Amino acid sequence: MATSIELAHASASATLAPKPSVTEVVARFVRTKPLGAAGGVIILGMLFLAVFAQMLAPYDPYVGDYGLQFSRPSAEHWFGTDEFGRDVMSRIMYGARIALFVGFTASLIGCTIGALLGVISAYWGGRVDLLLERLMDILLAFPQLILALAIASILGPAVQNVVIAISIPVIPRVARVVRSAALSVKENVYVEAVQALGATRRRVILQHIIPNVAAPYIIMLTAQLGAAILAEAALSYLGLGAAEPTPSWGLMLSGSAPSYAEKAPWIALFPGIAISLGVFGFNLFGDSLRDALDPKLKG
Amino acid sequence: MGTYITKRLLLIVPTLIGAAALVFVIMRVIPGDVALLIFGGDQAGQIDPKQLADMRHRLGLDQPLIVQFGTWLWGVLRFDFGNSLWTGRPVIEELLIRLPLSLELAIAATIVSVLIAIPLGMLAAIRQDTWVDYLVRVVSIGGLAIPSFWVGILCILMLVIFFGWGPPLEFTPPWIDPWANFQMMIWPVVTVGYRYAAVTTRMTRSTLLEVLREDYIRTAWAKGLRERAVVIRHALKNSMLPVITLVGTEFAFLIGGLVVTETVFTLNGVGRFVVDAVAHRDYPVVQALIFLIAFGFVVVNLLVDLTYAWFDPRIRYR
Repeated sequence: MATSIELAHASASATLAPKPSVTEVVARFVRTKPLGAAGGVIILGMLFLAVFAQMLAPYDPYVGDYGLQFSRPSAEHWFGTDEFGRDVMSRIMYGARIALFVGFTASLIGCTIGALLGVISAYWGGRVDLLLERLMDILLAFPQLILALAIASILGPAVQNVVIAISIPVIPRVARVVRSAALSVKENVYVEAVQALGATRRRVILQHIIPNVAAPYIIMLTAQLGAAILAEAALSYLGLGAAEPTPSWGLMLSGSAPSYAEKAPWIALFPGIAISLGVFGFNLFGDSLRDALDPKLKG
Repeated sequence: MGTYITKRLLLIVPTLIGAAALVFVIMRVIPGDVALLIFGGDQAGQIDPKQLADMRHRLGLDQPLIVQFGTWLWGVLRFDFGNSLWTGRPVIEELLIRLPLSLELAIAATIVSVLIAIPLGMLAAIRQDTWVDYLVRVVSIGGLAIPSFWVGILCILMLVIFFGWGPPLEFTPPWIDPWANFQMMIWPVVTVGYRYAAVTTRMTRSTLLEVLREDYIRTAWAKGLRERAVVIRHALKNSMLPVITLVGTEFAFLIGGLVVTETVFTLNGVGRFVVDAVAHRDYPVVQALIFLIAFGFVVVNLLVDLTYAWFDPRIRYR
């Protein structure tokens, strides 16, 4: 009789592998992805500069000394001074704040809205999906920087407007990726099962779909961070980002910097190094994180 | 192939109409009055209300929104985008003057980048996880991180400091004086091309790596073919498809690159036209250019897709 058959696994007790602690995870990441760890160090350095800019910066980034215009890099001014006699190094330290602020907020806003639209599109399907997909197609018809430029030109030069201008072109790109991830999650039998058990839409989306599209979301987010910092620099360079005297890295390179090339090349040199190094750090980190989270996407 | 082309052509029509609508929405509906912006925004102090009303009338902003949209769409269909507020000449005319320079820059930069990227990507893939591979990867990730306007500035710095060179002001088409054209374009081409090369190198590396793990490659090795034959004749050919798509889709990068690079080198191309129009608050030009760039982008993507379908017949039947 069926009832007398003892269930083979009734008393089975396997010890689960202990959940690795944060330190272990970090140590593993450093060991297996040295390039990514190097990127992480650069990001931490940038964060440190941004948070403690006030204490670390030797001079006020806004106040110039007209007696010290274009002074060469020296013991007092490591990176020299600009056309208003402002200390370039202090301005770069404060500039890390703008770069990180714009980078993080723009990518977070863009990726989050994109991911939500992607999930909605995948889950509702039908007309909603069709409509959202066509809308995304239209947004994708514009090159990223051109769309950002158009939006920034209408909103006017200010840091919060740059955030909006940079985040909008991110939306369709993230929506695409998250939609396809959510579509494949939706096909899983367990989603069907919880639906059959009477779970509400809200519950299915919040508890089952969103946690399972977190990996592509995080991958897109880290990939966008570097791009957003670059976009901020480009917009500021074109005069559409932060306005003078804000110490934005892109702005430091615009206007006067190239025209003083012969006289004071350091004005154009150091902010560029700062942008490149920062974006390089985010890209290295993002790349390795992608490899670690999604082995299928190796590249 | 014929039906596929027709299908794709029909699909871009709604996208383009949508793009025209979106440009309109950005320029009109986003808070901010274009007429007010032309006079320097609301911080500019007292603006003569009559002047403001005149400007609104001139731009057609006093019409109902739906009429404005109709006028814009009708203009788009006939490729008539009105006149520039700055020069008073038709936008299309102004654009056609600047197009040859930008096209030359774009095409030359693409060629340069492919010539750099494919050998480098190949080298990294066949020497995977050696120092060569690491070097190529670091250089290509680095290439992505360096803003192209800064590379442009560095080029100018170098040329000015070491060679006392200043950028020439007049564009000489290559068919008139190839040498003068080369001298003017070489640095902008390098500036735009290296970044593009960084992306393509990575793509070449990763697709080649994937192909190298296929069974038929193992067969090719087993047959005793030399490395050259295996990599070039068997693997590279089959890994080129995604690279071709990438060259097309990264066209967006290229356009962004044009905008900043033309500004850095003060080249009078389409990219700088956009920046100048924004700076002059020449909104009819901004609106037209943003749409036309999207138009160009959509057409390039279509061409890439068609090339892809031509190479890989499976796509046509999906």
